[in-house]
Amino acid sequence: MIQFENVCKRYGKATVIDDLSLTVEEGQFVVLIGPSGCGKTTTLKMINRLIEPDKGRIFVNGSDITRVNAVALRRTIGYVIQQIGLFPNMTVGQNISVVPKLLRYTNAQCDEITRSLLQLVDMDYDVYAHKYPSELSGGQQQRIGVLRALAASPPIVLMDEPFGALDPITREALQEEIKKIQRKLKKTIIFVTHDMDEALRLADTIVFMNGGRVVQIASPEEMLRNPKEDIIKNFMGKRISKVDYNSLLAADIMRASVLKVHKTKLTLECVDLMNRRQVNTLLVVDDDERFLGIVTIDDIKKHGRAGKEIGDLVSTETSVIGAGDSAKEAFERLVDSRSGYVVVKHPNDTVAGLITKTSMVKAMAEAMWGEQE
Amino acid sequence: MPVRFDLMIDHLTIVAVATAFSVVIGIALGVAAYWFKYLERIILGFSDTVQTIPSLALLSLLMIVFGLGNKTLIIGLVLYALLPIVRNTFTGISGLAPHLREAAKGMGMSKIQVLVKVELPLAFPLIFSGIKIAVVTSLGIAVMGVLIGAGGLGYPIYRGIQTRNSALILSGAVPVVLLALIFDYGMSKIEYMLTKRAKNKNEKERTTCETNLSA
Ligand SMILES: Nc1ncnc2c1ncn2[C@@H]1O[C@H](COP(=O)(O)OP(=O)(O)OP(=O)(O)O)[C@@H](O)[C@H]1O
Ligand SMILES: [Mg+2]
Repeated sequence: MIQFENVCKRYGKATVIDDLSLTVEEGQFVVLIGPSGCGKTTTLKMINRLIEPDKGRIFVNGSDITRVNAVALRRTIGYVIQQIGLFPNMTVGQNISVVPKLLRYTNAQCDEITRSLLQLVDMDYDVYAHKYPSELSGGQQQRIGVLRALAASPPIVLMDEPFGALDPITREALQEEIKKIQRKLKKTIIFVTHDMDEALRLADTIVFMNGGRVVQIASPEEMLRNPKEDIIKNFMGKRISKVDYNSLLAADIMRASVLKVHKTKLTLECVDLMNRRQVNTLLVVDDDERFLGIVTIDDIKKHGRAGKEIGDLVSTETSVIGAGDSAKEAFERLVDSRSGYVVVKHPNDTVAGLITKTSMVKAMAEAMWGEQE
Repeated sequence: MPVRFDLMIDHLTIVAVATAFSVVIGIALGVAAYWFKYLERIILGFSDTVQTIPSLALLSLLMIVFGLGNKTLIIGLVLYALLPIVRNTFTGISGLAPHLREAAKGMGMSKIQVLVKVELPLAFPLIFSGIKIAVVTSLGIAVMGVLIGAGGLGYPIYRGIQTRNSALILSGAVPVVLLALIFDYGMSKIEYMLTKRAKNKNEKERTTCETNLSA
């Protein structure tokens, strides 16, 4: 458990942390978030005494940290800095073993730890343990940075924007991993970010800070529902207005750009078109653009002969839904249909679009986390 | 022209002993200048000043205090070699990326541990280039040792000048020049390798494609 009691920090005249009180329960994933310069890093560094407060007290597991030797304290608290900070003169294995070595673990123990930690993030010991940080990708370096903080099994881990510099895909993978690790190893994690998506995804509790003060402490759910001040609403962005996803229509979640062909097109042309556009299904329409049915590549292979018109092969066993029907209805049809998609039609029977599993997942993600870039 | 291997070995031994001392003292002073702000000006100023004294003048001053012999020459060489080593140690350590120092500290390394495990290893390529400068300069200055009664390749040169015996002069001068060139070349090679390796290791922005996603 970590407690801040009326902690203040000043640099000259500027008050950087203003009467901060905060309790972090054991095993919790707490995310500190807020605009740049609001004091997140300062708060974090006060826990491992890289920064000493001017006023107030901080307790870790009940004992005042100023009464503990700072060096000894730091060895019991994992620390991941934003710039990763792997030591370039040490191999991956040596980097991971830094704290265990400081604690005088044997070489065999260090090796064992390195092995099991690398396994945790699916990196092969034989491949990676003896590489230098510069030989790793950014995401791999970031992983090692996290593992290094976990090496001596500290019950508390501090992480300062650990995934800040990563591309979105790697970032998400790492978020997943860190959450998994936290659950598995039951760590208390204090995690700094200024990315609300990340906070919502990871946190048990979100601490929103501004100007050195705590604005709101709440679970992600609660913060989404009742953001206390405008600044939090701004951070939430579109997520809040989108919460009302019951009123979404099929038209809102469909893909409008679909491959339509006229029923008189010939089979070989269609096969060629499908190859070029990398799809396996075509929507067939008549002279008035009305939807007739679909043709899959399998249909053509089975029944098609060169020179035949595509209209003859049309299958009408497709799930169809009106553009004005609810997204929920579309979702149910999609689940029931064997084909994995639902065709959306306008009231005049022309094709409006297509709802696939991908577009459905995207729509749900947007409803939950806001527009994805 | 007789090749005086004994004198060459003499010469090299003097330089080696001097270098050993200056490396130890130089790194210690460089670290002290970095650790104790108030010593920085004194230490860097001192090693700067020593270097500006002409070598002959420095050696004769030392001779007055320490008398004739190899010992005095070695003391002079050590003083001369300090500057590049102290400076490069100081610059190398203070130039370390602050976040690495913070990572080291945050993980629970004591000041000494940060120095030994992180700061010195990462400053080593720069320190080594200071040592190279020290060695090459010392090889040259050691020739003056003959004037204060020390051994080495200065002796045949000095004798040759006195007796106008150019063969004798060459028997001292050529080995000195060769040694200086060889050491400069060899150590530059090592220095280049060290810096290149350090550069590679320090290179952080990697564009390697992330292939190891477990997502
Ligand atoms: N050593 C220092 N001297 C003076 N001011 C400082 C110092 N360190 C931090 N500050 C100031 O304290 C404030 C809080 O800094 P802190 O690093 O905690 O912000 P942060 O919330 O982590 O911001 P960011 O999201 O940009 O990392 C900032 O306004 C910063 O300018
Ligand atoms: Mg910060």
